[in-house]
Amino acid sequence: MSSVTSAHSVVEPSPTSKRIAGAIVMLYALITLIPLAWIFLTSIKSPPDSISYPPKVVFTPTLEGYCNLLTTRTRQTPEYIASLPAPTSTCDEVTRKRNMVIAGPSNFLPRFANSLVIAFGSTFLAVSLGTLAAYGFSRFRVPLAEDLLFFILSTRMMPPIAVAIPIYLMYRELGLSDTALGMILLYTAVNVSLAVWLLKGFINEIPREYEEAAMIDGYTRLQAFWKVVLPQATTGIAATAIFCLIFAWNEYAFAALLTSGEAQTAPPFIPTIIGEGGQDWPAVAAGTTIFLIPILVFTILLRKQLLRGITFGAVRK
Amino acid sequence: MADIRIENLRKQFGSFVAVEDSSFTIHDGEFLALLGPSGCGKTTTLRMIAGLELPTSGKIYLDGEDVTFNRASARDIAFVFQLFALYPHMNVRKNIGFPLLSQRMPKAEIRKRVEETARLLQIGHILNRSVSGLAGGDRQRVALGRAIVRRPKCFLMDEPLGTLDAEFREVMVHELRELHNRIHATTVYVTHDQHEAMAMADKIAVMNHGVIEQFGTPQEIYSKPATMYVADFIGSPPMNFMRFISGLQRGARSVSLEGVDVSVPMVHQDLAETELALGVRPEHIRFSDTSPLRGAVYGSEYLGTNQVVAIETSSGVIKARVPANRNFRIGETVGLEFNPAKLSLFDCKSGRAVASALYSEVGHG
Repeated sequence: MSSVTSAHSVVEPSPTSKRIAGAIVMLYALITLIPLAWIFLTSIKSPPDSISYPPKVVFTPTLEGYCNLLTTRTRQTPEYIASLPAPTSTCDEVTRKRNMVIAGPSNFLPRFANSLVIAFGSTFLAVSLGTLAAYGFSRFRVPLAEDLLFFILSTRMMPPIAVAIPIYLMYRELGLSDTALGMILLYTAVNVSLAVWLLKGFINEIPREYEEAAMIDGYTRLQAFWKVVLPQATTGIAATAIFCLIFAWNEYAFAALLTSGEAQTAPPFIPTIIGEGGQDWPAVAAGTTIFLIPILVFTILLRKQLLRGITFGAVRK
Repeated sequence: MADIRIENLRKQFGSFVAVEDSSFTIHDGEFLALLGPSGCGKTTTLRMIAGLELPTSGKIYLDGEDVTFNRASARDIAFVFQLFALYPHMNVRKNIGFPLLSQRMPKAEIRKRVEETARLLQIGHILNRSVSGLAGGDRQRVALGRAIVRRPKCFLMDEPLGTLDAEFREVMVHELRELHNRIHATTVYVTHDQHEAMAMADKIAVMNHGVIEQFGTPQEIYSKPATMYVADFIGSPPMNFMRFISGLQRGARSVSLEGVDVSVPMVHQDLAETELALGVRPEHIRFSDTSPLRGAVYGSEYLGTNQVVAIETSSGVIKARVPANRNFRIGETVGLEFNPAKLSLFDCKSGRAVASALYSEVGHG
């Protein structure tokens, strides 16, 4: 298409406006990515480099932050360190340079694993329950459906932390404090309202003729739901799962209040690194960098479904 | 295949009566069209036969068995939806094979049956295509394939040609009837299009406001409409009504219209003085200079082989379908003559046809 015809097109933006739009998007991406880039760069700086002023842009990268994140260390005399056999790993090496030896693994990996279990577990539960509830609201004449839906939504109307104290007391009675199960149930309860509302919209868009056709083809309603409705709801389920996962993954307040040991998640754990032996910013940045990876991977994996979800309903099926 | 018997079927949604006490029987191998405007209850009736909707009262018998409260999946019927409802996440082969899969049929057998069906519908070449890329006609054939592959007791179709363009619809009307002639499946076909119903059906049930106004063959419905509604709904242009006030006696052979005696088929009932309507199909009107019944030409519509002429008479505007070889001037006075054996009389208050020699064989729904 020549530039003359495209200048007259009503649907195709002109090359100039495309370039301007592109520049704006690039600028916005740059602004939002700078903090992330800074966190990553800090994670590979040495502790003195990380707090130098003016900030260093050019520096020698080191894995010290990651070593400090993953290990606990004790201070030793230079003579003792000199008497040790040669270092067996990079971490040994950087630790000994600071007159310290590795005493053992830190709590980061177990905390990170807690985060994975709790976030993915609660997402799975919230999306499963949400899909079933949304299907019910979408397809059946539920008595007081409007009121029930409003009630479900109303659980999101005040900040979750407003109910933190009652939940803390309840959990203590029930023995759910500081357990992964307790956290999964809590995040599921918070997310299920979002899941019901989001998924109801998606399921409403699926014509009921599909299930009716399947039921006439000899399937029960449950089979029809499983074989015909679910495959078409994948877009909505993916989008809902990402929203639920992001909430559960990033949640700090409940986690800080209700977990302290066994079931502690990464968000309340990472700040505790600051306190251990001075302000170890590279270790904090390393924890944050690793913490960002699962969400990044999950979102990239579901990118296609998510984009389809955003443009959902724009095209007549 | 099987016959379908409907007894006093009724469906209410809250205070709204969608279907009112309908009874009819569709014999084995018959093609029934449920015809009526949107909202007349035809789709609700079909959905009750399918088991997608439960009746408020009444009974549905399929092959002699009471299936009124059976699940849709337990009725052994097939349904073709208006928008086809082809499963978008499966290809054509899987769509057609889906009903067989529910019967736990072995894979090889499913394959054989799907290919057989595809051959019958001439869609063998698109079996491995995705359904989302198919043209309207092919979608239609795939939907039919999914319906016939299971060899069910009967087929139910809900305006399956509604979304096709006019040209293609004619082709599909022909194909559907051909298919019916070949497999002789008991079929219930819902449509609002009288041409589809007339062209395909063995029997037609005309519905209005949840009531079956008339049940009969296309010929009966057209030439002996049981109510003014049916007379008006069927035929284009519809039947003309010339209203007058009079009583009727059994055995009468003429009525007086604006002082002119018009011969009618022998009346078989007595009626006190009331408002009546003489029903005349446009093709049963002839022009005759000697006729005392006069009117002025109001306009004409040329249709190739014939023309529809609108004439203003003292009983209102009526339309006549006459040969195209005569030109009319607007305002020209013409004499009108009706084919006496084909005239209907209606009681305007009840809307029902007056019993006469013409109607003596009609079966009311």
